[in-house]
Amino acid sequence: MPAVCFYFQVHQPFRIRHYTVFDQDTRYFDDNKNQFICRKVANKCYLPANRLILKLIEKHDGRFKVGYSLTGVLIEQLYLYAPEVFESFQRLAETGCVEFLAETYYHSLASLYSPEEFKEQVVKHCQTVEKLFGQRPHVFRNTELIYNNDLPGIVAQIGGFDTILAEGADHILGYRSPNFVYRPVAAPDMKLLLKNYRLSDDIAFRFSNRQWAQWPLVADKFALWVNQVNGCGTNVNLFMDYETFGEHQWEDTGIFDFLWHLPDHILRHPDNSFKTPGEVAASYDSVAELDFPHIVSWADIERDLSAWMGNPMQKNALDQLYALEKKVKRCGDPDLLVDWRKLQTSDHFYYMCTKYFSDGDVHKYFNPYDSPYDSYINFMNVLDNVEERADRILGREEMELALMPRKAHGHRRKR
Amino acid sequence: MKTLMLGWEFPPVISGGLGTACYGLTKAMGNLGIQITFVLPWSGAASPANVKMVDTNNPWSAIETGKLKHVRFRFVPAMLSPYLSAKTYSQILAEYLQGKKSKAGSNPSTTLSAREVHYGHDIFREVDRYAHSVMDFAPMEDFDVVHAHDWMTYPAGMGVASITGRPLVVQVHSTEFDRSGENVNQMIYDIERAGMHAARRVIAVSNYTKNILIYRYGVPSEKIEVIHNGVDFSSNGHCPHPDGTQSDKVVLYLGRVTMQKGPEYFIQAARKVIDVYPNVRFIMAGTGDMLYRMIDLAAWLGIGHKVHFTGFLNGPQVQRAYAMADLYVMPSVSEPFGLAPLEAMDNDVPVLISKQSGVAEILTHVLKVDFWDINEMANKIVSVLKRPPLHQTLRQNGSWQARRFRWEDAAEKCKRLYEAVVA
Repeated sequence: MPAVCFYFQVHQPFRIRHYTVFDQDTRYFDDNKNQFICRKVANKCYLPANRLILKLIEKHDGRFKVGYSLTGVLIEQLYLYAPEVFESFQRLAETGCVEFLAETYYHSLASLYSPEEFKEQVVKHCQTVEKLFGQRPHVFRNTELIYNNDLPGIVAQIGGFDTILAEGADHILGYRSPNFVYRPVAAPDMKLLLKNYRLSDDIAFRFSNRQWAQWPLVADKFALWVNQVNGCGTNVNLFMDYETFGEHQWEDTGIFDFLWHLPDHILRHPDNSFKTPGEVAASYDSVAELDFPHIVSWADIERDLSAWMGNPMQKNALDQLYALEKKVKRCGDPDLLVDWRKLQTSDHFYYMCTKYFSDGDVHKYFNPYDSPYDSYINFMNVLDNVEERADRILGREEMELALMPRKAHGHRRKR
Repeated sequence: MKTLMLGWEFPPVISGGLGTACYGLTKAMGNLGIQITFVLPWSGAASPANVKMVDTNNPWSAIETGKLKHVRFRFVPAMLSPYLSAKTYSQILAEYLQGKKSKAGSNPSTTLSAREVHYGHDIFREVDRYAHSVMDFAPMEDFDVVHAHDWMTYPAGMGVASITGRPLVVQVHSTEFDRSGENVNQMIYDIERAGMHAARRVIAVSNYTKNILIYRYGVPSEKIEVIHNGVDFSSNGHCPHPDGTQSDKVVLYLGRVTMQKGPEYFIQAARKVIDVYPNVRFIMAGTGDMLYRMIDLAAWLGIGHKVHFTGFLNGPQVQRAYAMADLYVMPSVSEPFGLAPLEAMDNDVPVLISKQSGVAEILTHVLKVDFWDINEMANKIVSVLKRPPLHQTLRQNGSWQARRFRWEDAAEKCKRLYEAVVA
């Protein structure tokens, strides 16, 4: 009976280059490294996984469906470094079995700092998705599934959304199950889809772990677990990073074979189905209101904001970054604005996390710098340069204003 | 388990890491119950404060001291101290002989220096003489293992092992390549190599050093055990720090001013720092053969007024230096371990260390840089001074991390190693 809802997050940041206090130029990003990584992930994950999903859609004749969210910064990098991936996403869009969700274009934490900026980024993302894939998203997911009771209100101001994704955290759910559709507090018209983190992480994290009691995870075993939801749930939400397929879990773990065979086993039971997030929301009424009094995310064990804001460096970097919003926007310089926005990508702050840094850990694999301290130093040096640019532009404007000839009636004409 | 330890200085006379490491390890091993006979080369200078001489006329007198459990001392007249080179030994010997000539006729005091000791003509002869002195009394001592620290004691160690039949363990705190770059003294190298090959096991203070032993000295990897040094917390807890109202920030270099420690990189980085962050002072605390060159370099770079040279600092002075420092920098060209950064971190000072050091392999809450990369060194120094959150995070995490390196753990490993060689 349950509907299996796959949602894949696809994202790459514009990584910052090594930037010292002596650097003055405006090339902030490590084009070389970003290109290298983009191509590497394209070959190990995006291309083979897209091919597989496409084949599955064709094989199951419309019964296999999935949801994606591609961040704006990822889309830009695909254009630059791996256009064939971009084309394969377009082919997926054309099948009609793939739903694209909305998020902040820059994969940022703007919802925590500036509602205005947040809205602008979401609108930009929606416009991009619509233009490239022909779909106007109506399901929203915030960066790293960050969610609390305030979010639906801000999302509603943008308009056009009826569903939001969130993490099915134990401390929020309590005795309740993530396998139902819920609704947010004070937004009865919206629906909440919660990640079933146990089943999602079985695939995304534990799949190749030989120490795991359930290793090896094969398609029929997993289908059995899904079938067990029958009668006590309407949906099984499997939300994960797309890089699970080929990058976090390498091809030789059998992850692609697993995905290839899974729909067969799921669909063997006639009551089972695959639905996109939008379809899940449309198919089932919400069973209850869910209160998220504090902020929850899908990151680390804590499922909170500590991965990005846990130490003084991170907080300082974020504070300084958003403190520049007014100044940057007053400059009216599109390049400066884009640079400032690319600095908002949450990964930059993730790299500054010192939580597990003593023993060398998961965070490290994805960290392009030697240490969180190096990340912070690079970021802040770049931010200083952004501020200097803004000051220079504004200083020039003020000077021009001061030097402009007065009009006959004594007023200066403002530009 | 009993060991004959061929060691070096004891507090308060400590000239650097070698003495500190010997002391820390010995104290911890004594606490573990290992009985240690600590052999100290002594040329009649003031006796270590912790150790009371029982019979000053008898240079072989063994003394028990209350502070260190299970440790007794043997003094051997020798003009040897850590960090001697062939050249500096000749200088010291010349000074000593001059002093003797001028003192001729004065009352013989009860210190060792009054006795007629014919120190070796050059450092190798002195090392040899020391070895024979040790071999003279060693058969009368009771021990299971002989443990020699750094090359000057290796011949003694080999001799003792040979005549008593006890196994030899050598500990490498530094190699000729660390001290002299590629211009190694062939005779010292030969002694180092001989000691390592004659020993049953070799202790290296880091993997960095272990690699040098494998590739430069041909020591088989299985023979080498890496035992990292620890930090002795006896000196402090939290020391009061600049509260930010100080007008200038302080960047500290504390160590010997010699080629191995990279002082010139510190001074050159200082120039670059001052260009973009003028409210800073650099302190070079220490002495050594490159001191005057550094004073000249600072003046030549036009930053003489921003760089202070304090000379050698003793215990309480070192504490004060840490208390006023905003950042400690160790720009070593080749550092087998690097105790000083650990001490700095233990004193709540953030630390920037050279990647070419043993201690870099065990620390993560520090800033690291290649010693030659002056630009990056300056970049990191400015960043720490300019950004309080960075300073704060490094300070908190650094002090927590440094305190995890304890001499007790090193002593445990040493004990297990002894048990393995004795078996």
